[in-house]
Order: sequence, then structure tokens, then C-alpha cells
Amino acid sequence: MSLQTRDTLHEGLAMRGGSPRVLLTGALLLLAVLAPYALYPVFLMKVLCFALFACAFNLLIGFAGLLSFGHAAFFGGAAYVAAHVVKEWGWAPEAGLLAATAAAGAMGLVFGLLAIRRQGIYFAMITLALSQMIFFLALQLPFTHGEDGIQAVPRGHLFGLFDLSQPLTMYYTVLAIFLGGFALIWRAVHSPFGQVLKAIRENEPRAVSLGYRTERYKLLAFVLSASLAGLAGGTKALVFQLASLTDVTWQMSGEVVLMTLLGGMGTLLGPVVGAALVVTLESYLASTSLPVPVVIGAIFVVCVLLFRRGIVGELLHRLPGTGRPRADRPRTGS
Amino acid sequence: MKRYAVTAAIAACLLAQAHSEPAHAQGAAYSDGKIKIGILTDLSGQLSDSTGQGSIAAAQMAVEDFGGAVNGTPIELIFADHQNKADIGASTARRWYDVDQVDAIIDVPNSAVALAVQQITKEANRVAIFSSPASSDLTGKACTPNGLHWTYDTYALAHVTAEAVVASGLSSWYFLTSDYAFGHALERDTGAVVESQKGKVLGSVRVPANNADFSSFLLQAQASPAKVVALATAGADTQNAIKQAAEFGLGQSGKNIVALLLAISEVHALGLQATQDIMLTTPFYWDMDDGTRAFSKRFFEKRKAMPTFYQAGVYGAVSHYLKAIKAAGTDAASDVMKTMKATPVNDFMTKNGSVREDGRVLRDMHLFQVKTPAESKAPWDYYKLVRSVPADRAFRPLSESDCPLVKKM
Repeated sequence: MSLQTRDTLHEGLAMRGGSPRVLLTGALLLLAVLAPYALYPVFLMKVLCFALFACAFNLLIGFAGLLSFGHAAFFGGAAYVAAHVVKEWGWAPEAGLLAATAAAGAMGLVFGLLAIRRQGIYFAMITLALSQMIFFLALQLPFTHGEDGIQAVPRGHLFGLFDLSQPLTMYYTVLAIFLGGFALIWRAVHSPFGQVLKAIRENEPRAVSLGYRTERYKLLAFVLSASLAGLAGGTKALVFQLASLTDVTWQMSGEVVLMTLLGGMGTLLGPVVGAALVVTLESYLASTSLPVPVVIGAIFVVCVLLFRRGIVGELLHRLPGTGRPRADRPRTGS
Repeated sequence: MKRYAVTAAIAACLLAQAHSEPAHAQGAAYSDGKIKIGILTDLSGQLSDSTGQGSIAAAQMAVEDFGGAVNGTPIELIFADHQNKADIGASTARRWYDVDQVDAIIDVPNSAVALAVQQITKEANRVAIFSSPASSDLTGKACTPNGLHWTYDTYALAHVTAEAVVASGLSSWYFLTSDYAFGHALERDTGAVVESQKGKVLGSVRVPANNADFSSFLLQAQASPAKVVALATAGADTQNAIKQAAEFGLGQSGKNIVALLLAISEVHALGLQATQDIMLTTPFYWDMDDGTRAFSKRFFEKRKAMPTFYQAGVYGAVSHYLKAIKAAGTDAASDVMKTMKATPVNDFMTKNGSVREDGRVLRDMHLFQVKTPAESKAPWDYYKLVRSVPADRAFRPLSESDCPLVKKM
């Protein structure tokens, strides 16, 4: 099966064919615009932040085949940067988000330079080790206020015009940020750059033999993924007006893997669905007596045993017309 | 037939109107016809044993004891698990205030979550009563007109423990400190009191957070000539340190272990063999007097465990809040806060407690020592009282406060 045909399968529900694709994209957009009138906006904003985070992670694992186990460092680290520059230095929210994205990108560059020299489990372990360093920095550095976190971050006015303390204004800002990030990922995946990434995922020695300098492609993918994860983290800091240790712990790195796998690795919409599912469970199970981690763990086990392609991956697989057997899920880190 | 139905409907509407009007006239304006209290707690993490379901049970007892209604307005209790994540805690608190019309949030173990809830409560202008978090910042630089810090705080733990232990003749100290803000604050405050009481801090060692192996740290403590080894740690770290200290025989080598934050559920889990002779500060122990015993017996029947001081604090906080909205005749936050601050706190664990303008609740604190297995006569018979410290000496005086509400005065 050629790479080209696999792509069309990968692209997610909204991306197939002519008018149905346009219709579906439109319907989803309309849903996103109307959602805050039906559901609680803060909850939706949280879903969008985690969806962008999972999409950024998916860019790396789903399209370049690199399993990073340290993405919490970018997400949480950027949240601290955004919270600090907005609260202590009085920067505008858009400047705070840019600073967060840039900081995460810089971290991604350092992590990437070290980690992409190794493959598979070693790659994952290096990213984990580096992100644990960021965790301990976040625990110790005075500006993060240790386990209390940075609290009471002002949301401010976007471009000096839009009052972000209004829930709906904040929601549409977050939606715009998410759509921007998602469009960037979509563009990257469908560019020649994305094709090379997929070639590397499928067979790196072959990509090298074709004359591609795979290290550079992998590094660029890593930095892009880290920056977008940072954008998501910075946005989350503004939404919740706090940055805390939760976002830099290794459990958060695990959570984003879980979201991506549940939704469907290597599909564009999969991580969004996965993030929405996990965040919904965390929010709505909170007021029941069920232990949340156990429920999420059980769902993960069921997912791995019964539908290994994830929710969106499985849907695409079973959709009429796309029922061709797909090759197994991409190998990670090779 | 149809006409009857219409007439009945109109009559019902008029009746409802008539019913609601006197309530307004009296000024008993409880918003949306019910009083809703949210218990935001840890139901799945490491604090779930000492707070969690027990906190919810204690709150239920308080509501039942109040008769389930205030001036005829029903009280509703809801709860949620913040999973020790500040964002989940914050979004739950926001949703409760914005959508579910919750009037007060109570409990909130975990300082990061509590500080977030403190801000949100101020923005939403409701009431938050923190019975389980430790950080003294809640009534310090993060104080708000809408928050009360109910049971204890880091300042009181440090001061009461240091003062009482030094007064009992143990003057040389060595610290085992969790290497993050909570541990640093405890070590700094406790050390300062030890020195002001003419005691000596002979050394300290920083322990990484969530550590499993304390052996090298405990050996350093054992090698120091200090008489007291103070654990400025929390949760699982404290439990691991105590277990391993027992294995190394720190007690037998003449050291007195002082745990700056330890709940009775943790003593129960570790067993008296490991915890014997440890000194600890707490505002509540079930076997102090008839009042505490009566409450604890009822609690035990519900939960099959004695209440921790956190859980006892939840009962007290819910009761005081309900008393205040009854007295104020409204659940509007500013009036309720005013009433709560003006009313002395009296319940089974609090004798003439008071609420200060910065939101700090002042209560007596007690230093206990854990009994040896031979001394313990019954299940849960764990503590013996060493000394009590009165409220005015236990908590941070207003003159040292960095709460902006106080500076304005």
C-alpha cells in the first residue's frame, strides 16, 4: 500500500472526499461555535487545551513514529512561563502565549537535539529523564512557588481589546488558538515535510538512502510538536488562571499518550476525541464515588484489547468504502 | 374538566406566589430555594484516607444534626473528587458556583487546589471554608474576604510543636525536610521557634519529594547528637520515614521523633509498633472528652474508623456555616462571612474558638505522644496528651500577618 493511500485513510472523518468532507467540517465547526451555549464553557476550554496538546503529541507519534514520554515538560513548563510573565511581569495575554510557545520550542530544541540520536525505548527514556529534570526545576525554583503553583493569574485583555474574563470571549479565543494549532498540524502533515516524516516512520534507513537527512526532519517535527504543546499549556494557564505541578508530572506525559491512543493514533481527529473523552471522564466522574484513575485505566485496557486503532481509527477502518485492511499500527520510534 | 384544570393551575400559581412572598418580606432570601454545600475533597489520592469519604460523612452528620433545613429551606450536600489536580479542583469549583448554585465549598485538602479555590470563591463572591489544607498563605498573602481557614495551618503546627517539645526539655533538633515549599516553610518556622526558646537546631537534611528510601537520611539524623528528629514531611513521605526510622531503631538510640503533620488514620495504618513515642500536634483527638467521644462514636458507626482532625474539622465548619446563615437570615456571602466572624466557634472539638478578620480560625492546639503497644488498652487508643497550647499562642498574630485585609485597617 502506498503512503499516499494510507494518508487519505489517516486524515480523519472530516477529511474524506469532496462535499461530505466540507459538510462534516462545517458541522463540526458549527458545533464548536454553538457548544458553549449548551455546555459549561470552562469545561469546553479544558477539552480544547488538552485536544491541542494531544494533537501536538500525535504529530510526533502518529506521523513521525517518535514516542516522546516527556511532553508534560513542554505543556507544564509553558504553563509556568505564561503564568509568570502575565502575572509578575504584567505582559498581555497574547505576549504571554507567545513567550510560552517560544519557551516550549526552545526546550523542544534542546530535548530533541539530545533525544533523536537514539531510537525506540531509548528515545522515550531520554525524553522522560529530561522532563523529570524540568519537573524538579518546577518543584524547586522560587518563581513556581513549589507545590502551591502560580495562582490568580489575570486573564487580561487580548490585543488590549477583548476582555478575556468574560467566559464566552475566552472560549472563542481558546477555540481560535485550537483551530490555528490544528490547521498548522493539518498543513504540516499534508506537506512534503509530512510525507517525509511518514517515510521516516515507515522505514528510516530507506528514507536515508533516498537522500533525506532524517535527523533534521525529526528535530523539526519535535520542535513543532513541543511548541504546540507549549501553546496548549500556556492557554490552559490563562483559562484556569493557575499553573501547577500537575502539568509537569510524568503522569501528565502518560495522560497524553492515553488520550492519543484512545482516540486513535495517527488520525487527525483521534487525539481530539481522546482528549474530550478523558477530560469528560475526569470532570464528570469526579462527583461520583468511583475512583477516577481506576475507571480510566479500565477503559484503556478495554481499548487496547478490543479496538487497538482507537475510537476514530476503528471508525475509519469500519466505514464503508474504507474497509480495506490497513497495515498494523505504525511502529513507534523506528 | 378542562376549565377545572386551568383554574387549579392558576390557583397553584397564586398559592406559590403567596408562599414565596412572605419569605422575601422577612428577608430570608436563601438563593434559589435551597442551601447547597459542596465538599471538594480527595477521593482517590493519598489524602483520601484522612479526608475523602470521611469528610463527606462528617458533613452529612453536621447537616443531619442541623435538621436538614435552615428556616424551612432544605440543605443539599454535594461532593467531588479534585484528584489532587489544581485544574480539576478549579474547574469543579467554578462549575459549582456558576451552574450548580453552590453556596459554600468546604474541606479542600491540598494547598494548590485550596489556593485556586480561594481565588475563584472571591470572584464568585461565595464562601469557602478550608478545613484540610495546611498552607498558612490562605490567611496570609492569599487571604480573601470570602475564605476561612478552619482547622490548622503550617504556622500553628510549627509553633505549637516546637514550643511544647522544647518546653518539655528536648532542646536539640535535627530536621528531615521534604524538599519543597511546604517542607521548607515548616522547617524555617519550627527552627525559628526552637531557637527563640533557647533550643538549638543542630542540622537538617533535605529529602526529595515522594521518596521511597530514607535510609541515608535517617542514618545522618541518627549520627547527629540532637535529641529530636523532626519530620517536616507530609503524607506518604512521613509514613515511609516513620516506618524506616522504626527499622533503624531511632527511638531505641535515644532520639525522639516529632512528626509535624500526622493524622490518626496514618498512625492506624502504620501500627503502634512503628509509631510509638512519636510526638505530634493536632487540634483534635477522639478520646479527649465526652463531646469528642460522643461524636467519634457516631462517626465510627458510619465509617468503621475514628475521625481524623481534618474530618472533625469538616463537621465543625459545616455546623458553623449553617448556624451563621440561620442567624443572618440569608446566604449572601458578605453577610454570612460577617456573621461567622462575629460568632464564637463552639463545637465538640472547639471551646470558645474565634474567627479573625483575616479568615483564620483560632482554636487550642494539643501536643500528643503516641502510646506504646503496652499502653494502648483498646483499638484506636493511640495518643496521650503532653500539653495544650491556647489559641492565642498557637496561631500567627495579626501583627505578623501579610494579609492585605489586615493592612487596610
